[in-house]
Amino acid sequence: MSLLLGSLTIGIILALLALGVFVTFKVFHFPDLTTEGSVTFGAAIAAILIVNDVHPLVATGIAFSGGFIAGMVTGVLHTRFKLNGLLSGILVMTALYSVNLHVMGKSNIPLLTDTTLITYFESWGGEGQVNVLGWLVPASDLSVLASVLAIVVLVSLALHLFLKTNIGVSLRAAGNNKQMVRALGINPDTYMIFSIALSNGLIAAAGALLAQYQGFADVQMGIGMIVWGLASVIIGEVLIKNKSVGYLIVGAVMGSVIFRLLVAITLRWGMNPNDLKLITAVFVLIALVVPGYLTQAKNKRKDKKTDYA
Amino acid sequence: MLKIENIYKAFNPNTANEVRALKGVTIDIQEGDFVCVLGTNGSGKSTLLNAVAGSFYVDHGSINLNGVDLTKMPEYKRASQIGRVFQNPFSGTAPDMTIAENIAIAAKRGKTKDLKKALSGNRVSEFVGAVSSLKMGLEDRLENPIGKLSGGQRQALTLLMATWLKPELLLLDEHTAALDPKTAAKVIELTKAIIERDQLTTLMVTHSMQQAVNLGNRILMMHNGKLAYDISSDEKKHLRVKDLYALFDEIRKKEQMDESVANIISEQYI
Repeated sequence: MSLLLGSLTIGIILALLALGVFVTFKVFHFPDLTTEGSVTFGAAIAAILIVNDVHPLVATGIAFSGGFIAGMVTGVLHTRFKLNGLLSGILVMTALYSVNLHVMGKSNIPLLTDTTLITYFESWGGEGQVNVLGWLVPASDLSVLASVLAIVVLVSLALHLFLKTNIGVSLRAAGNNKQMVRALGINPDTYMIFSIALSNGLIAAAGALLAQYQGFADVQMGIGMIVWGLASVIIGEVLIKNKSVGYLIVGAVMGSVIFRLLVAITLRWGMNPNDLKLITAVFVLIALVVPGYLTQAKNKRKDKKTDYA
Repeated sequence: MLKIENIYKAFNPNTANEVRALKGVTIDIQEGDFVCVLGTNGSGKSTLLNAVAGSFYVDHGSINLNGVDLTKMPEYKRASQIGRVFQNPFSGTAPDMTIAENIAIAAKRGKTKDLKKALSGNRVSEFVGAVSSLKMGLEDRLENPIGKLSGGQRQALTLLMATWLKPELLLLDEHTAALDPKTAAKVIELTKAIIERDQLTTLMVTHSMQQAVNLGNRILMMHNGKLAYDISSDEKKHLRVKDLYALFDEIRKKEQMDESVANIISEQYI
């Protein structure tokens, strides 16, 4: 049960990452590899600040800003310097690896003895144990889960409201049809830079929270995170047929949680942890291929029923 | 009003694929003019429109609208003065967004965007009124993605969006060319109504001589990157489609003669 709780909590924390990937990948059709670097960047910034006795909330905020700036760099490389999208992400991701080592000063910072946001969340739950569906679980674990869930719900709501404002609507249009927005007086490049920045801010915040939850920041923790984000968004899309913004956001959050649970179950079955990334990739592949296949099969069935005579 | 002075534009300059699309075009358009631009394929008529819209900067010459120099102004900044409808019905709208959201963006053309809700109640009711005036039954479908609509419906909406805030200049780039004849006629009717209602200064590229004869008060005929004929409103009143054909033939004849002359010269001297 505690394994399940842990998986759920990580899934929810990484829903922030999924929301970030949603902004670049769904709104701007931009697979942003900066993600791999900015998860670690957020974790590194938060960890080093927390170790140096900065309030964890402030540290997480600064981690967000760090990711925001990293994203801006990617955005500027892609729009102003006309670099290929994947390439600009790869460049910033690679550069961030060194930056992260500099920020942390070493490859791993433990946070187990420091006061983190998670420490606060745990303290709200108290000492006791709670009976959940017959299992006894520590109340502190539950309060952590509830707190991160509250954070993700708030961020999702804020993102949803933002995407419905005049700026938000322009931003989505800029991702949808550049020619149209230019003709309507919007500079799509500005909006794209902002979106990539916002996305990486969210991703860095996810990294910061993840580091605090795991109790350490590690320079390797970003590896495979882009696939995680893509998997969440794609699984969410498969699950929810409604394509309006609100549902897509809910889908991305759900996708992240479900994806983490799937991974936990696979590991529980005795899969080798070394195969984790392989499993991840296979999941994404399945999520990408199967829906198209199903629609095809459905259409074929429909065709057979249609009487052409 | 719109002053185009001696503009030149070459695509892929200094390569084997160099195309000189505009070779010294000067046009002066007065306020309230409805100008039809005619020409064969490759005559430079669409390039002329794109130059005014700002899709690219011209190599030489200047473009001036209402005393504002547009020559080096990026496309998105020009949009505060210029409304535009594209040839491709898919170009003018954001397909994944709803009809209402598309109009909301157009209603803010060239203005600063804020963090207010894009679709407030009274704005939506304003949208419903305008969309129902298109008589396409779209007013009940404002919440549908615009990508699900037909080309004609999207083109009509693009026209509505381009003129939502009265533009100083309306650019129409063969905006009915991709539509079936019946829909095209409807969109043209709508175009005419909107331009007359708002007294819009309009530059319309078309390849339909019938449209050029029926609409507007002035015809510009482009050929080979240059302005071949400028037919003003007095002459245009008596103009028939067959007269336009005659003009086209004349251009063609001139060109043929040039070619044959060139051949004779090359045979004799080279």
